[in-house]
Parts: sequence; structure tokens; C-alpha cells
Amino acid sequence: MKSHTLLFLLAGLMVASSTNATEAAHVQASHAWLRVLPGDLPAGAYVTLENDGDQPAVLSGASSPLYADVMLHKSSSDGGMSRMAMVDSLSVPAHGKAILAPAGYHLMLMKATHPVKPGDTITLNLKFADGSTLATNFLARPANAMDSGP
Amino acid sequence: MKPLPSLRLALLLLLLAVIALSGCDSSQKLPFRLTDVSGHMPDLDFKLTDDHGKAVTGADYRGKVVVLYFGYTHCPDVCPLTLAQLHVVMQRLGPLADKARILFVSVDPARDTPAVMHTYVNAFDPRAIGLTGDARDIEALSKRYRSAYTREPSGKDGSYEVSHSSAIYVFDNKGGARVLATPADSQDDLVHDLHLLLDTGTQS
Repeated sequence: MKSHTLLFLLAGLMVASSTNATEAAHVQASHAWLRVLPGDLPAGAYVTLENDGDQPAVLSGASSPLYADVMLHKSSSDGGMSRMAMVDSLSVPAHGKAILAPAGYHLMLMKATHPVKPGDTITLNLKFADGSTLATNFLARPANAMDSGP
Repeated sequence: MKPLPSLRLALLLLLLAVIALSGCDSSQKLPFRLTDVSGHMPDLDFKLTDDHGKAVTGADYRGKVVVLYFGYTHCPDVCPLTLAQLHVVMQRLGPLADKARILFVSVDPARDTPAVMHTYVNAFDPRAIGLTGDARDIEALSKRYRSAYTREPSGKDGSYEVSHSSAIYVFDNKGGARVLATPADSQDDLVHDLHLLLDTGTQS
């Protein structure tokens, strides 16, 4: 009897943990890179996020010990004007993806605590709305790079 | 008062003559793929400071085909993307690119000193020149090409962004405005149009 109850409890816990899996646990990151600019100029970081979960995963920002400030931004072009604005979040749809790429969504990395050079790999902790995080390696690419490279 | 038929004819002839003359005056018609602005925009003219700290004017770039773009160095996304695209365009032009210059004009002169501009433009292309200067002189250049920029409200730490026109202006080696492009236009078309201007430049 007791062992049955225990099994039941364990099974219950397993079900609970799978339905309550964090947003980050369902997200895979790829093509993660950042564009290194000279001096202490802010850098843009880009990544493709794929969500294999049944619920949307909502990216709310990122942090890194390497940068004092990281903000989620979106560039837009409207009537021939380029604009950049801070955004609170970006939803990665269930079984879908969200792309952070030049001239669109990006993470703006500000005030580097030490210089980042092209070729370096840095880790950003992507933060999701439920508080979960996804440590992701970003490749530092030169200023005139067009994408995440080969 | 209805004009007499002969007067009307004279006016028509005069109009045709003016069109023909202006056609001769401005440089030869070229089969551009991007927006042809020949004769519709003023010649390249400004008074700014280059990234070596030297006072320069539009006349200093006669003899070069000029690709002009407004932006600022604290712009982490669109400006570096555009300059990286222009770098690829210059690479695709091969040795012809030596007869072309990218002029990157700062719309944020408060932060963009010649020294900052120098390291910035050289991170993109050796044929890129950073121009900054007096806020009024930058505004004058921007207005000359119907470009616009606005400083957005500052963040909590005093940081700010500048919204700006994304247009790319191409001038021939005599300083004449010829082509208007946007970063969304095809790179092939820009390479094509620059080829037209650079090839003509070698013949004259």
C-alpha cells in the first residue's frame, strides 16, 4: 500500500514537473553572435530562438557579468527613418521561433566590463518571463561582419 | 487672356530647349537600377571635419564617387549593418573601389569626435571617412539632402538614441547627386550603379 502511494506521488511529481518545465527548458538557441564595435560603443547581439514547448516562451531580456547593461531593443524603419526602441519582451511562439537579427530585434550590450575582441565567445544569460534563464554562448564577430559567420 | 497660338508654340519650344539644355548640363544619362536623382538634388557641398581632425568641404572629394550615409557611432544595429553592407559593396567593386569613398556623417556630434569616428569607420572599410563637426553645419548638410534626424528622450543614465534617415546618397566624381538608395535595396543594384559611375569616371 505504502509503496503504491509513493509511486503515485512520484508519478504525480513527474507529471507536474513536465507540465511546469520552465520556458527556458523548451528553448534552443542558435546563430548567436554579437557585432564588436571599437572602444566602449554599445554592441548588438543576435540569436535565433526555437521553442519546442506547447506554450509560448517570452524573452524578457538578458544579463552578463561582462556588460553593466543589456537591453532588448527593436530597430524599425518607417518612412525612410531608422529608429530604435526598447521593448519589454519578445514571444517565441509554441513550436515556433523568434529571430533576433540585424535591423530588427537585438540585445544591446552596454558598458563592457572588459574589452571583447572578435573571435571571443561570451556568455549571455537569456531571461524569460517565468524567471528561467538560458545560458547562451555568443561569438564575437568583427564590426563589418554580416551574420553569425560560417 | 488666351495666349496666341504662335506664342504658345514659342513657349513650347523654349520649354523643350530648357529640357535639352539641362540634359546636356547635368552629366550623361545612365541606366541606373536604383532611384535616379540626377538633376533633382544639389551637388555635394558641406563644411565639416574629417576623422583626422582636418576641416574638409565637399570639393575635397571631387574625383571620387561618393557614397554618403548619415548615422552615429552609438547606434549598435542599423548603422553598423549599413556600413558592413557598404563594405561588402566596396569589396565587390574590387580595384575600382579606390575611386570611391564612403562618407559617414555623424548626426550625434556631441559624442562623435573625430577620434571616435576614426576608429569607428576604419573598423568597417579603409575607404570609409567619418565626418563630424558643428551641429549647425551637420544640420545644413542634412537639410540640403532632405534628410532628417531627431534625438530621442534620454534614458535614466543619460544615454540616448538618435532616429535618422536611412537613405544612402551616391554622388558622381564631379559631386553631382546621382542615385538614392536605402539599406533595404539590393546590394547587386548598388554595385551595378556604382560600376556605371566608376566606369564612366575612368573614361572621362
